[in-house]
Amino acid sequence: MTTATLPVLTKKDFQTDQEIRWCPGCGDYAILAAVQAVFPELGIKRENFVVVSGIGCSSRFPYYMNTFGFHTIHGRAPAVATGIKAIRPDLEVWVATGDGDALSIGGNHTIHMLRRNVGLKVLLFNNRIYGLTKGQYSPTSELGKKAKSTPFGSLDRPFNPISLAIGAEATFVARSVDVFQVHLKDTLKHAAAHKGSAFVEILQNCNIFNDGAWTSITEKDARSEHVIQLEHGKPLIFGKNRDKGIRRTADGDIEVVHLGNGIAESGLIIHDAHHPGPFYAFQLSHMENREGFPTPIGVLRSWGDIPRYEDVINQQVAEVQAKRGVGDLAKLLRGGDTWRVEAR
Amino acid sequence: MATTTDIPLPKHKREVIDRAVIRFAGDSGDGMQVTGSQFTNTVALYGNDIATFPDFPAEIRAPAGTLPGVSGYQLHFSSSEIYTPGDAVDVLIVMNPAALKMNLADLKANGILIVNSDAFAETDLRKAQMVSNPLEDHSLDKYRLFSVELERLTKVALEHLGLDAKSVSRCKNFFALGMCYWLYNRSMEGTTRWVEEKFSKKPLLVEANKLAMKAGYSYCEATEAFQISYEIPPAQLEPGLYRNMSGNQALALGFITASQKSGLKLFQGSYPITPASDILHELSQYKDFGVITFQAEDEIAAITSAIGAAYAGALAITTTSGPGMALKTEALGLAVAVEIPLVICDIQRGGPSTGLPTKTEQADLLQALFGRNSEAPIPVIAPATPSDCFWAAVEASRIAVKYMVPVIILSDGYLANGAEPWRIPDLESIPDFKVQFASDPVDFKPYRRNPDTLARPWAVPGTPGLEHRIGGLEKQDVTGNINYEPLNHENMVRIRAAKVEAVAQDIPDIVPAGDPEGDLLIVAWGSTHGAITAALKAQRELGHRIGHVHLRHLNPLPTNLGEVLKRYKTILVPELNMGQLLWLLRAKFLVNAIGLNKIQGRPFKQSELEQKIAELVS
Repeated sequence: MTTATLPVLTKKDFQTDQEIRWCPGCGDYAILAAVQAVFPELGIKRENFVVVSGIGCSSRFPYYMNTFGFHTIHGRAPAVATGIKAIRPDLEVWVATGDGDALSIGGNHTIHMLRRNVGLKVLLFNNRIYGLTKGQYSPTSELGKKAKSTPFGSLDRPFNPISLAIGAEATFVARSVDVFQVHLKDTLKHAAAHKGSAFVEILQNCNIFNDGAWTSITEKDARSEHVIQLEHGKPLIFGKNRDKGIRRTADGDIEVVHLGNGIAESGLIIHDAHHPGPFYAFQLSHMENREGFPTPIGVLRSWGDIPRYEDVINQQVAEVQAKRGVGDLAKLLRGGDTWRVEAR
Repeated sequence: MATTTDIPLPKHKREVIDRAVIRFAGDSGDGMQVTGSQFTNTVALYGNDIATFPDFPAEIRAPAGTLPGVSGYQLHFSSSEIYTPGDAVDVLIVMNPAALKMNLADLKANGILIVNSDAFAETDLRKAQMVSNPLEDHSLDKYRLFSVELERLTKVALEHLGLDAKSVSRCKNFFALGMCYWLYNRSMEGTTRWVEEKFSKKPLLVEANKLAMKAGYSYCEATEAFQISYEIPPAQLEPGLYRNMSGNQALALGFITASQKSGLKLFQGSYPITPASDILHELSQYKDFGVITFQAEDEIAAITSAIGAAYAGALAITTTSGPGMALKTEALGLAVAVEIPLVICDIQRGGPSTGLPTKTEQADLLQALFGRNSEAPIPVIAPATPSDCFWAAVEASRIAVKYMVPVIILSDGYLANGAEPWRIPDLESIPDFKVQFASDPVDFKPYRRNPDTLARPWAVPGTPGLEHRIGGLEKQDVTGNINYEPLNHENMVRIRAAKVEAVAQDIPDIVPAGDPEGDLLIVAWGSTHGAITAALKAQRELGHRIGHVHLRHLNPLPTNLGEVLKRYKTILVPELNMGQLLWLLRAKFLVNAIGLNKIQGRPFKQSELEQKIAELVS
């Protein structure tokens, strides 16, 4: 491998000539912009990127990235990507998926990819609806959601994607939002730097079939009041005036407190994204399901101590070859007991 | 001076015979498969031609002594070339009443019946739903019955070892094995070595099994009951170096060979399923060959991970049985749409649904040909014998990478587990098929085709300048851009079909076995090959003019098949299904072919085929 300096890549290098077919106003444009801004900064040759997707509006993503891309079948991108990684651990493989693709039909592949810690960067565009098939509810739609297939209201309690990922013991779990461009790019960079599976839920607005799904988070003052931006090593503070925080209760639970009146910043939890156990991150991930708690965004968990699956697969092969020597095919075919029939 | 302690041995005759069919039957926990395969290995090594038929239930261990728990192993061995495990049995060894009940019908009149009389108490008989004891009620008079106290004799032989009762009892199968070695004058050396290796960490078990085996041998030698032993001389097979091989083993070796001949890394994505799991077990051992095996979370991840591996430049395979094949259909369609190489092995078993996991059938043909949404043609190869599985693996791999197409191999449980001698090829005699990935970025087009094969270039990620996107949506030819236009779709469907048809240029013309023209043509595929070959031989010896075409390629079919069909008055299609190749031949060639259809989870008997042939030629 030559050590020549890499050509400087720009956003333009990652744009294709294909006319983008997402609806005007779709949150996917913002995600595409962020990814196209981040890829050139990663110091990776363009030919070494592969973008793999399943089925859904999210999964049209590869066609708009000027890299190797594979638009596979509904829910199966993590499995295809695992195969790619097993053969080419050196490639930079990103997965574009959605709430239906990854958590409904693809649920099984998602959790196994995470438990194996395959070195994939997974971007889950969560718009709480099935957009491509025109408006059915999804596994992240709220209970009671009235949609094409649930005219009387959905009876399903939804998944919380980041809780699920943490439950599958993913070594990197983060969340960002399509319209928080700076935060999104920053989160993507953190994901890129992570060695194993990096699971990033991106709250995305589908303005045609589920407009406003996230306004409680993205509206002008909502961001500061209803969102808590996690940063490793910094206290869990939120609120427009940075006047609210999260602290531990005596029984191990967490609670929201107002600063002042004897409650100081020093009493709050300092965010530890590198906590070895998933239970801390799980507790944080569950905040949005609780009355009065903010929705966390940022990196909930980033634990680098587990090897990448593609590395241990290939390492095991190398170890066996070192111990036994490289296989001799002629010897293998003659293996077992043999006998000779002579010409009469 | 004569030694007075010499016991004069009863004089027994040694008869030279041409062939024998022997069957071991007992509980699933009695070690019948081990016993059978040990005996098989020994006679194969000696040079007999062999064909085996292991027949076991799906359950791991059904209640002891019951009818559903019976496990059997049949071996046909001979001094001449044989093709089937044998219709009827010469020697039946049964460990309990249930095994007797389930297997007696196949024993020839005057056949040898060795019975473990210790297992014929009242409770044992009841479990087998027997009202009287067959050892006493004269129902076995027409056989040469040898009532042997296997349990007690094994216990006596092993009692000084201090082994626990259960382990002692488990050695009785080796007592029976020793008896068989005496009966057929075979050396116990091979099994002795095997026992020493298998139980190397438990010397007591090594000693126990060796002793039990020797005790069985000595028992026959000493007892007056056994007057005749047999000798089956080695067979004159084609000169060369041979080994015993089962179909699944052959597939594994074939894929490693294909990997070397193509220069590609081998990747297997599979999920455990009977009767295909052994291929995964086998290949997972060969990391020294750089093979990557991946036990996926389900059948769909198995094939999609293989698709990913192929996309990245590997020789990728996935192995399964009928139910798994059904799960993989959508992914098969994706492989067709993105035109990447892939080999899919369907080791067929009784269906539908969960069906009969350990019983053989060949009813997935139409599924292999048509089982996808829309028009998604895939080449299909069906090996005819266990050894042929090796060649099928190599050929399927070669076709897959040459035409950039998924290829299905249809094997079945009978081939997978059945063993026969395999003449080990000289590696140099197998042609290379080294693969060239695309590399030139100048005017690269992902779907620009090779004019002879219609294959698109294999452009793997990581290659500078070749960045492009592929996917399951319909696309324009050459550019690969998404395209829904009506004429483009028809064009693409026809091109994909033409590409599969083009594979026919690599299929040799058929030359029927037997008579090149005549009264009857048998057309068949897969594991029926052996029984048909035997039946054909016998019927032709009676003067009938019969041909046999055994199709190894089911899609595309050999180019001259239509012409060959016309040379015969009647066409018979024996299949272990309700008539699938039959349907295909009738539709494609407008011939009034007749089916012989058996769907019992067992292979055809030679006699069943002869009966139908005789009926048709009379």
